[in-house]
Amino acid sequence: MTVTETPAPPARAEDPGGRARRRAGRARGIRLALLVAFLVIFLIPVYVLLVTSFKPLTEADPGRAWALPEVWTAQPWRVAWEKLAPGIWNSVLLAVPGALISAVLGSMNGYVLSKWRFPGADVLFTLFLFGMFIPYQGVMIPLVQLLVKLNEITQSLTGTPGVFYGAIPGLLLAHVVYGIPICTLIFRNYYVTIPDELIEAARVDGAGMLRTYWSVVLPVSGPAFAVVIIWQFTSMWNDFLFAVFLTGPQSWPTTVMLNNIAGAQTVPYSQQMAAALLASVPTMIVYVLLGRFFMRGLMAGALKG
Amino acid sequence: MTRVRRWLPGLLLVMPSIIAIAVFVYGMLGWNFRLAMTDRHDEISEGSFVGLENFVTLWDQKRWGISVDHAIVFTVVFVGGALALGWLLAFLMEKGIRGEGTFRAVYLFPMAISFVATGVVWRWLMNSGQDERAVGLNRLFDSLGLDFLQWEWFRNPDWGMAAMAIPAIWQMSGYVMALFLAGFRGVPEDLREAARVDGCTEWQVYRHIVLPLLRPVTLSALIILGHISLKVFDLIVAVSGKQIITDVPAVFMWVAVFDSHDPAKGATIASYIVLAVSVFVIPYLVWTLRKERRP
Repeated sequence: MTVTETPAPPARAEDPGGRARRRAGRARGIRLALLVAFLVIFLIPVYVLLVTSFKPLTEADPGRAWALPEVWTAQPWRVAWEKLAPGIWNSVLLAVPGALISAVLGSMNGYVLSKWRFPGADVLFTLFLFGMFIPYQGVMIPLVQLLVKLNEITQSLTGTPGVFYGAIPGLLLAHVVYGIPICTLIFRNYYVTIPDELIEAARVDGAGMLRTYWSVVLPVSGPAFAVVIIWQFTSMWNDFLFAVFLTGPQSWPTTVMLNNIAGAQTVPYSQQMAAALLASVPTMIVYVLLGRFFMRGLMAGALKG
Repeated sequence: MTRVRRWLPGLLLVMPSIIAIAVFVYGMLGWNFRLAMTDRHDEISEGSFVGLENFVTLWDQKRWGISVDHAIVFTVVFVGGALALGWLLAFLMEKGIRGEGTFRAVYLFPMAISFVATGVVWRWLMNSGQDERAVGLNRLFDSLGLDFLQWEWFRNPDWGMAAMAIPAIWQMSGYVMALFLAGFRGVPEDLREAARVDGCTEWQVYRHIVLPLLRPVTLSALIILGHISLKVFDLIVAVSGKQIITDVPAVFMWVAVFDSHDPAKGATIASYIVLAVSVFVIPYLVWTLRKERRP
C-alpha cells in the first residue's frame, strides 16, 4: 500500500459531519441489534437446560416444554447428583493431577525447545505438533492392547490387578501423553518472549540448565502455567473418546456416566438436563473466573502465540 | 565437546517426552496400520498379513459408504456454517461495541462444555416429534405459527447430518469468531486509513485490504474445524447414539471394536480417519514451520 501524493478525495470532506455521524450511528445500531439477536439464539440451550431441570415430573407435558415451571423443584438435581457423583469424583481424580503433571512436563519441554536448544530441536517440535492433530482413533486399539498387557504384567508380578486398563491411572497416562504437544507448544511460545540476554547472563554467572530454569524462567512462568492447567483440566474433564475406550464401570468419569444416564429412555428429561448441568459446573466455573487464560489456550491451538 | 556439554542436558530433560511421543504417537500409529493389514477379525486369533485387503473390502460394506457420505455432508455444513457465523460475529464486533466482553463470553462459553453435556439438550431441541407430540424446536416453531419449519432434524434420511452440524456450529463458531477478531484487530489502522485517503469506500477497504490479510487466519480456522469434523464422535454419540442413520467413521470404528469385536476392521477405519486428517494437516504444519523460520 503506497500513499499517493494526491490530496484526500473530497467525498468525505464534503459530507456534512452530521449525516456521516448519523449513518455511522445507524450502522452501529444494526450491528448491536444483530449481536443481541445472536446472543439470544446462543442462550436458547441454556434456557432449556435450566428450565427443564427444575420441573417436577407432573409438568413433563410437551405442551409446556418451553414454559417456566409452575412449581420449581430441586428433585431432579438431587437424583442427578446421586447418579453422577461417583463419575464426578473419578473426573476430579483424573483432571486435577493430570493437569498438574501436564503443566510440569510442558514447562520443561518448552524451556528446552526455546532456550536450551539442541540440534534438530525444530524438527522435533514439528514432530510433536503432529501429535496434537492426530485423530486419537488412530492410536486407540494399540493403546487398549498395551494397557491390557500392562495390567497382565502387573498382575503376574505383584498378584494384584493392574490399574492401567479400566482404571483412572491408565486414562490419566493417556491424557498426559497426548497432552504433551499442546502443553509444549504453549510454554514454548511463552518462553520465546523471555529475552535471551537474561538466560545468557545466568549462564555467564555459572548457572547450569536446571539452575537457570529454577531461578530465572520458573518465577515468570505463572501465566503460562495458568493457561496450560486450565486447558488440560477442561479437556480431561470433557473428554469422552478416551474414557469410553479405556475405563470400566468402576472408573467411568463424568462424561461416560452422563451419557449412560441420558441414553436411558427411562430417565426423565428433567434429570437428564440437571445431570448435564452438573457435569458442566466445574468447567463453567473455570471459564467464568479464568476465561482470559482459557482464551489463550484456545488461541494456541491455532498455532499462534 | 564443550558444545555437546552445552546442549546435552536439554536433550536429556526432554527425553521422557520424546520417548512418550515416539511410542504413543508414532509407534501406535504404525502398530495400528500393521493391525489393519492383518486378518485379525476376532480377538483370539493372532492374525496374518493380508496387505491392503481390508482397505479394499471395507468399501463393499454398505455401512462404511453411508458413514463416509455422512462425514462429508457434516463436514461441509459444519465447516462452512462455523466459518460464516464466526466471521460474521467478528465482523460485527471488530470496530468495538459496547458490552463486547459480554458478547464474547457468551459466544465462546459452549467451547468450555463437553459435547456430551450439550448433546443432551440438543437431542431434546432436535426431537423429531411433530405437532401434538412436538417438543424442542418443533414445538417452538409450532407455537410461533411457523409449523412449516417442523421437520425430522437428524432423523431425516437425506439431510439429517446437516441438522447434526447445528450443535457443532453452535459450539465452535465462537472460537472462529475469536480467531477472526484477533485477525481483524491485527490489521494496522494506518493501512485502512491510507486506503481511505486514497479514496476507497469502506467496502473497498474490506475487499482489498482487510480480507486478503485475513487469509492466514481463515486457513488456520479451516484446518482446525476440518480436523475436528473428520473425527467427530462425542457429539454424534450424545445426540443419537450409534444408529446407522447418523453413522460416521469414528462411531463405526467404535462399533467395530466393541460390538463386532473385529480389531482389524476397527484399525482399518481408524487408518482411514488418520489418512484423511493427515492429508491436510501435514502440509499445514510444514507451511507454518517455514513461515516461522522466515524473519
